[in-house]
Amino acid sequence: MQRASIIDWASSVYEDLDFGAARAWLADHPGRMACGFLPVYAPREIVWGAGMLPVAIWGGGDRVEIIKGDAFYQSYICHLPRSVIELGQSGKLDFLSAMLFPSTCDVIRNLSGIWRMLHPEVYVRYLDLPQVLDASTGGAFWRAEMEILSRELGERAGMAPDAARLREAIGLYNEVRHVLRELYRVRRERPWALPTSELYVLIRAGEVVPPQVFLDKARAYLATVEASDARPKDRARVVVVGAFCEQPPLGLIKTIERAGCYIVDDDFVLGNRFLTADVAIDGDPWQALSDAFITSAVKSSVLYEDDPGGKRALIAAQVEASKAEGVIFAAPSFCDPALLDRVMLRAGATAHQIPQISFRYAENTGQFQPFREQAGTFADSLKLWGGAA
Amino acid sequence: MSQAEKDRSMQLQKDMIGAHFKRLERAPESGEKVVYTFVPGNLTELILSFGALPVLPEVNALQSGLRGKSREYIAEAEKAGHSEDVCTYVKCDIGMMKKGNISPTGTRLPRPDLLLLSYTGCYTFMKWFELLREEYDCPTVFLHVPYQGEGKVTPEHRDYMVRQLRDKVIPALEQVTGRAYDEDKLRELLGKSRTAEDDLVATLHAAKHKPSPIDSLFGAVYYVGPIFSSFRGTQDAVDFYAALRAEVEERVRLGQGPVTPEGQLDEQKYRLVVEGTPNWTSFRDFWKMFYDEGAVVVASTYSKVGGLYDLGFRHDPSDPLGTLADYCAGCYTNLSLPSRVQLLVDYIRDYDANGFVINSVKSCNSFSAGQLMILREVEKRTGVPGAFIESDLVDPRYFSAANIKNRLESYFQMIDARAPVSGRVGVAA
Repeated sequence: MQRASIIDWASSVYEDLDFGAARAWLADHPGRMACGFLPVYAPREIVWGAGMLPVAIWGGGDRVEIIKGDAFYQSYICHLPRSVIELGQSGKLDFLSAMLFPSTCDVIRNLSGIWRMLHPEVYVRYLDLPQVLDASTGGAFWRAEMEILSRELGERAGMAPDAARLREAIGLYNEVRHVLRELYRVRRERPWALPTSELYVLIRAGEVVPPQVFLDKARAYLATVEASDARPKDRARVVVVGAFCEQPPLGLIKTIERAGCYIVDDDFVLGNRFLTADVAIDGDPWQALSDAFITSAVKSSVLYEDDPGGKRALIAAQVEASKAEGVIFAAPSFCDPALLDRVMLRAGATAHQIPQISFRYAENTGQFQPFREQAGTFADSLKLWGGAA
Repeated sequence: MSQAEKDRSMQLQKDMIGAHFKRLERAPESGEKVVYTFVPGNLTELILSFGALPVLPEVNALQSGLRGKSREYIAEAEKAGHSEDVCTYVKCDIGMMKKGNISPTGTRLPRPDLLLLSYTGCYTFMKWFELLREEYDCPTVFLHVPYQGEGKVTPEHRDYMVRQLRDKVIPALEQVTGRAYDEDKLRELLGKSRTAEDDLVATLHAAKHKPSPIDSLFGAVYYVGPIFSSFRGTQDAVDFYAALRAEVEERVRLGQGPVTPEGQLDEQKYRLVVEGTPNWTSFRDFWKMFYDEGAVVVASTYSKVGGLYDLGFRHDPSDPLGTLADYCAGCYTNLSLPSRVQLLVDYIRDYDANGFVINSVKSCNSFSAGQLMILREVEKRTGVPGAFIESDLVDPRYFSAANIKNRLESYFQMIDARAPVSGRVGVAA
C-alpha cells in the first residue's frame, strides 16, 4: 500500500460523520451490531467479544454545525457533549445498538442519563472505572462490572458470554496495542518521518473500524515510514498534554507542527493506549482484563493518583522518555479533568525546569493563528535558549 | 409580611458551629486529629468514633461566599494558576488556605491529619483532594462510591464500598488517630443519627402543609447544616433537630409560613420545587427575589446532597459499615439523571407545587450538566412550567441580579397566566 493512499483512507474515515465504515461492516455482517463508547477508556475487548463492533464517539469536531446540541447545554459546559447530542439527534448514530459512557467526568457521566432518555431503544451503560487500584477491591469491582457488561451486551447481541471468544478479542487487541506502541516509538525516534497529523488521522480511523482493518492499515503505514528517507529538520521536540477527551481539530495539530514543533508524545485518543501492557490471553479473560487495568492503566486525569508525588513526577517522566524539550498543555475549555490537573502537572514541570506553554481549545476551534504564534514563539525559544535539562 | 424573628434553633446551630470551630482551632494543642472530607458521602459518625474532628471544605467555601470573602480567595487561586473554567468551591478553598486558612468564623483552621476522599457524586472531589494533598503533604484515603448509573445500588457495589471501608478507610483512621476501631461506639453514634434524621424528615415534610411553614431551599440550608456536616451522630444534632421540629410543628399549628430575613411569609402565591444549589454570594438578595413575589420553596434537591432521608433512608446501627455504604451511594448527586427527573416529578406532585425552578451554577458540572434535559423532561411529565436561571456557587462575577430578577418575574407572570393559585389553605396530599 502506498503511504498516501493509507492516509487518504484514514482521513476519509476520520472525516466521515456518517460512520460509513462502521455501517458498511454492519451491512456485510447481517445480524451483527455496533456499540458506541465515549472517551476516555472502555474495554473494547468486551464489546468485540460480545460480537459487536466497538465504535469510538469523539464528537463532531469542527465538521458539524451545532443546532440541536446547544439546546442541551449551558455555555459553560465543554463542547464535546453538544456535538455528540447533535450527531445523535440528527440520526448519525442510529446504527448503534449500545452506548457506553466511561467515568471520565461528570459531563460524560450525566450524558449517559440524557442518552437513556433520548434513545430508550439503545442499551446504555455507565462504566465506573475502578479508582482504587488494587486487586482485592478495585480489581474485584472492575471484574464484576465487565462481567455484567459482557452479559448484557451479549443479551443485546444474541450471544452468550464466552470466555474463548473474549480471549480471542484480547489477543486481537493486544496486537492493536503493540502496533500503537510501535507507531508511537517510531514517531518518538524519527518524528520527521512520522508527522503527528498523519498518525492522528490513522488512529482516529482505527477507532471506528474493525480491529483487523486497522492492523492491516497501520502495519502497512509503518512499513512505509520505515522505508522513508525523510531527514530531520531544526524543530523543537514537544509533548502535548491535556487532550485526552475532547479532541483538538486536526488543523490545530497541523498548526503546532507547522509552527516548528515535532510532537514526540501526546495523549490524543488516549483510550486506545490506556492499558500500557499486553493482557494475558490464558485463564479467566475477565480477570485478565481487570488485572491489566490494575497493573498497567496509564496515568491520567480520569483516575485517582494514589502516589502523592505522582502528579509532579509525571511530566518529567514523559519528557525524559520522549527526549522532549518542552511541553504544550493543551486543554479543552471547561474540561474539569484537564484543567484541574494542569496546576499540579505544571508545578511538576516547573520543578523540573521543563519549559512549557498552555492554551485552551474547543473541538470546533477555527482560528489557529494565535496558536501558531504561541507555539512558534515557544519552538523558537526552545531552539534559542534550550529545552528541558 | 410580619416581623422577622430568629428561631431558637438558629441560635442553637450558631453556638454549635462556633464551638466546633473553636475546638478545631485548639486541635494542634489539644492533640485532637483533624479529618477533611466532603459533604456528600461524609462518614461523620465513623470519624467521630475515632475521636477525630471533621472539616468540610465545601462548607467553608460556601460560608466564605456568604461572608463576602470568596472573591478575594478565588482571585488568589487564579493567580496561582487555577483556571477560570473550574469549580469555584475548589478555588475558594485553596485561596483561603493560601491566605492563612482563617475559617469563616474568624478562627484558624488546623491542617488536616488525614484527607478522607469520599468520592461520591462529584468528579471534582478527586482533584480537589489531590490538590490539597500537594499543599498539606498528609495522608489521603480514597473511598470509591460507585455512581448509580443504572438507577440502583447493587449488592456488588455495596460490598465494594464495605470492603473499602473495612480494608482502607478504617485502617487509615486507626493509623492517624492511634485508636482502634470501636464498632460499639460507631453504633451508638449511628443511633443518634437516626433520631436526628427522623426529626429532619418531619421538618422537610411539613412543607406539604399550606401555607408551608418552611422554605425548603433558603431555609433548609440552615436545617441541613448540622446533619450534612460535622454533627451527625452527636447529641447536639439530636437536640437541634428536636428543637427545629418542635418549632416547625408549632408554625403548622398556627398556620404560619417560614421566617425570612424580612419577616414571616404567610401569603404564599407560588409553591416551588427548586433543582440546583443556591448562589451564596448574594444569598439574601436571591431569596428576596422569591419571597417578595410570595414564592416559597416547598422541596429542593440541594437539601438532599448530604442524604435523601425524605425517601426513607435512615442510618442503621445494626449494620454499621453497610449503612454507611448505603448512605454514600444514596446522596442526590450520585443519582442518575433519570432518577433525578423522577424525584423532581414526585416532589411536584407530593408537595402540590405549581412551579419549578432550576438554578444552574457554572461551577458544578455534577449538578448542571444535563439540567436543560431535566427541565424539558419535568415539564413534559408534569405539565408544570419550569424556569431556568444561571449563577454560580461562590464567584460573585457570575451573579447578575437584574437578569435573574427579570427572569423570575417573567416566570411568575407566566404561572399566573396559566394557572393562578392564591390563598390556598389546608394540607396537600
